[in-house]
Amino acid sequence: MVYLIVFLPLLGSILSGFWGRKLGDRFSMYLTSSLLISSMLFGWIEFINLSNNQVDKIYPLLTWIEVGDFNVVWSLRYDMLTAVMVIVITTVSAMVHIYSIGYMSHDDSKPRFMSYLSLFTFAMLMLVTADNLVQLFFGWEGVGLASYLLIGFWYHRPSAHAAAMKAFIVNRVGDFGFILGIIATYSIFGTVYFDEIFHDVGSLSKISIKIFGLNFNSIELISILLFIGAMGKSAQLGLHTWLPDAMEGPTPVSALIHAATMVTAGVFLVCRISPILEYAPFALDLITIVGALTAIFAATIGLTQFDIKRVIAYSTCSQLGYMFFAAGVSAYPASMFHLTTHAFFKALLFLGAGSVIHAMSNEQDMRKMGGIWKKIPITYTLMWIGSLALAGIPFFSGYYSKDLILEAAWAASSNSGYFAFWLGVIAAFLTAFYSWRLIFLTFHGNPKASNEVMSNVHESPIVMLFPLFILGIGAVISGWIFYENFVGHHWHDFWGHSIYISDNNKALKLAHYVPNWVKLLPVLLAIIGILTAYIFYIVLPKLPSIIAKSLNPIYKLFYNKWYFDELYDYLFVKSFVKAGHIFWKSGDENTIDRFGPDGISRLAKYISSKSVILQSGYIYHYAFAMLIGLVVLLTLILMGKGI
Amino acid sequence: MISHLPILSFITFLPLLGAFIILLTCSDDEQGGKNSKMVALWTSSITFVLSIILLLNFNSNVNGFQFVEKSEWIPISNISYHMGVDGISLPFVVLSTFLIPICIISSLNNIKKQIPLYMSLFLILEVLMVGTFCAMDLLVFYIFFEAVLIPMFLIIGIWGGPRRVYSAFKFFLYTLLGSVLMLIAIFYIYSKTGTTEITKITKFSFSHDVQFWLWLAFFASFSVKLPMWPVHTWLPDAHVEAPTAGSVILAGVLLKMGGYGFLRFSIPIFPDASIYFAPFIFVISIVAIIYTSLVALVQEDMKKMIAYSSVAHMGFVTIGAFSFTKEGLSGAVFQMVSHGLISGALFLCVGIVYDRLHTREISAYGGVSDVMPRFALFFMFMMLASVGLPGTSGFVGELLVLIGIWKANPVVAIFTATGLILGAIYMLWLYRRVMFGKAIKEEILSLNKMNFREISIFVPIAILVLFLGVYAVPLLEITKLSISNIYEITEFHKNQSTISQIAQVKIF
Repeated sequence: MVYLIVFLPLLGSILSGFWGRKLGDRFSMYLTSSLLISSMLFGWIEFINLSNNQVDKIYPLLTWIEVGDFNVVWSLRYDMLTAVMVIVITTVSAMVHIYSIGYMSHDDSKPRFMSYLSLFTFAMLMLVTADNLVQLFFGWEGVGLASYLLIGFWYHRPSAHAAAMKAFIVNRVGDFGFILGIIATYSIFGTVYFDEIFHDVGSLSKISIKIFGLNFNSIELISILLFIGAMGKSAQLGLHTWLPDAMEGPTPVSALIHAATMVTAGVFLVCRISPILEYAPFALDLITIVGALTAIFAATIGLTQFDIKRVIAYSTCSQLGYMFFAAGVSAYPASMFHLTTHAFFKALLFLGAGSVIHAMSNEQDMRKMGGIWKKIPITYTLMWIGSLALAGIPFFSGYYSKDLILEAAWAASSNSGYFAFWLGVIAAFLTAFYSWRLIFLTFHGNPKASNEVMSNVHESPIVMLFPLFILGIGAVISGWIFYENFVGHHWHDFWGHSIYISDNNKALKLAHYVPNWVKLLPVLLAIIGILTAYIFYIVLPKLPSIIAKSLNPIYKLFYNKWYFDELYDYLFVKSFVKAGHIFWKSGDENTIDRFGPDGISRLAKYISSKSVILQSGYIYHYAFAMLIGLVVLLTLILMGKGI
Repeated sequence: MISHLPILSFITFLPLLGAFIILLTCSDDEQGGKNSKMVALWTSSITFVLSIILLLNFNSNVNGFQFVEKSEWIPISNISYHMGVDGISLPFVVLSTFLIPICIISSLNNIKKQIPLYMSLFLILEVLMVGTFCAMDLLVFYIFFEAVLIPMFLIIGIWGGPRRVYSAFKFFLYTLLGSVLMLIAIFYIYSKTGTTEITKITKFSFSHDVQFWLWLAFFASFSVKLPMWPVHTWLPDAHVEAPTAGSVILAGVLLKMGGYGFLRFSIPIFPDASIYFAPFIFVISIVAIIYTSLVALVQEDMKKMIAYSSVAHMGFVTIGAFSFTKEGLSGAVFQMVSHGLISGALFLCVGIVYDRLHTREISAYGGVSDVMPRFALFFMFMMLASVGLPGTSGFVGELLVLIGIWKANPVVAIFTATGLILGAIYMLWLYRRVMFGKAIKEEILSLNKMNFREISIFVPIAILVLFLGVYAVPLLEITKLSISNIYEITEFHKNQSTISQIAQVKIF
């Protein structure tokens, strides 16, 4: 059954990709969707089987690479961590497939789109079922490829293929760290298999590697390199610039890849290597700090954006930050818990936004929306549910997971833990604020769109609403359904050996015993955030622009995304191109060629013009040259004999 | 039974027969052109089938050369015609016989003048390439190795672009300089050992000082062929002017002769010198990777860009080879085979649009995906293989090289890995400018879709790249024993020699 879960999406992708035109649009859409639904059902069955009967399984497929001691076998690993990821991936993916039948109904190349979606799902499943780092990297790059293809799906638009390229390359920077991490792991452990690495990690934790004359603890080094990979994929501070641009892709793509699944691959990786990270306290601190900074940084940008999808994208970035600092304080189950709930409500928000965009004749700018809540009440309600879950309002799913993360950060009682806690709390306030800013701008107030657009506003068809309902249910109930198993006192029974927390790191255990104010503060701030948004955008709609003007420098900093794009453009893009030109023109042409072959031929010309007497005829010329050659060769041979 | 037949000689000289038939019977008119195409196609296909038989009968558990043939050539001098294949040469023999039919099919329509000569030159090229990889005698090797230049020189010079004469001479000048030094070294070796048999020479141990100079002489030749920075500048020019099929062979096989030379001669025969020079190789290879990747980024000519990318990819080969680890050495061979397929396919991609639009300027294109969807798929696949996406053969080679070099020197590995980022930048940039966007230009809109002939040359390459990418074991299995021989030689010398202690000093 595990084989079916993973390979049905691949089958769908191949069929619809190669024979999509022959199969017809409609058929290939139904085909890929139904294959994914089957995959989802099998995924849930396996998940339930596994939770009743904790036996990790490994299904080998084929030997991939074998050189000396280096050996990689394609295989599918099924433990609890995998099973949880599989249900998240297949469920969201199946919903997105169904949704796309409606959303993409006006597009010209539907089979291609469905093929890419299924390809993505396959790669993502290969990633989470990987039994070794190299296969994980296969899935890792595979999802990157699918993301590249889907962001650039509308390749007629220059902004779309620019964004696609940016996403691939920024991810490559992360992958640079990842692949070095794999290699370093192999050089220390002599294997790339998780079980063998985890088995030896305790005994090898003191080995150091010398690079640039400095000594690095090998486990810390491996952890940091792999975390760089995770930063790229999960859009953490510094390597986040691709994610907002990735919104150029069709909205279902944003929901599936850039909210629910692919971007969480980094979080998954960090949880997967928890047995290694537990021996790398410095790397954990780094993860905590980067995660916390990302959480607040992305939230500040989210406050100022006007593109509905970009606001949600920054919100994703910020929530990923929460997941990382949860992992950084060794509360991996909390991190996975937030990953799961977030997948539901964020996919819901994106698909809801897609429904709005669909209704507004492809308008994405919130300044041109407003006053449509009565016309699309179902979408409106579902967006509320998603936002309530995101803001962490009690009894919605985000409340359970996000609060737990903040509690765990506080309970870690370390400097980095407190740092993450306070930034996380402030980010919680900002999250609530920008979520309701989005709702008020989009649905309330006076209509700002043209009459033509307004008269066209309509509720989405049932094929698009159905997935929203399912995800909406997930956004409401996934919190309390999974709470006890994922992060309750007996989390260890549930996760089995797939997550390891050393006994010294008690953050998760103590998170259940924090003072009440720690528990209440985030909720309180979230409610204040909603109220503030209400005042800003309903009661006093002039207030935001006044504040924006009076705090102009800060506003500009946030609005321009802290100038990261400009900085990178200056530092890397321009300088690379410049260096390329210098190497080409002054290096290759003006140095190597000038003094090399061209120089020699000039010299030859010069000599031959001087020795024009010798050139009485070609025969002489060649005879002479041959004679000299012969003399030189013979001399050398004789010298050789003589030596 | 099959091992009693001189199958290697069949494979080597069957194309020569074909070339003779073409030159003797086909006149330079329409009918002659047609006939010569048929003869060339048939001969090269049969040769390919023979090489597959060779591959199937090759026993990867036998150490040393197989299918050995030997006959006296110049009796008094101990120089003999001596052929055989081992795990390192076999992949290249098959690669050559695989690419030649593809080249011939790709040139069926776009070569207009002197077709019989063109076809026979490709067959002669095949003879010389296979001969180079099968030769077990140093002098025989040298003759094949250098003679390859002649048909290639003619192909560029006759069917090339406008600056073909300049490029052809540049190509000749560079490679000639290297080969003269190598010839001198060969004479010296002969005078010392009294033999030119590779297996015997490998067992001979030269003194360190001698190794030093001989290594440099061989290096002069191989580094130009490969090419390594800074003697790479002939390659972009040669590629730009060469006809498509010429570029395919140049990138696919000819460059690999340099890497093959390092693995077959430099490292096993001069192990101490190789160990001594390894840091030097690392430095210039890293420069090659970073420098040429950046140069590739700013190219406006598609072929030039891919040519520069070849230099960068060959940097991985030398780094892997001189890491002296099993992973690195296997990675070097794997990377060469894989790059042979991928860069060959990339040049074919350029050829396909060039045949239609007659320009290689990137800016002349844009939105080709719209009109040529199948081509978009093939080009995309090859581009991804070139950037080393896992699941394609490009990844396996690069991964193995990186693993090998990390063992030898992590700093070198870090610098080498930057090639993964830079490689993605220029390839994606190329693809974006050529394929994406809306097709608005008149010329682009009128492009024809790929025809059956064009698809039929891509499918086998794509399948091979994918196959080796997800199941690398067969190729690694073939090379296993030969690689471990080289590995053991270098290990032995690392521990033995005093000179190596100098080399052990980390360069950073």
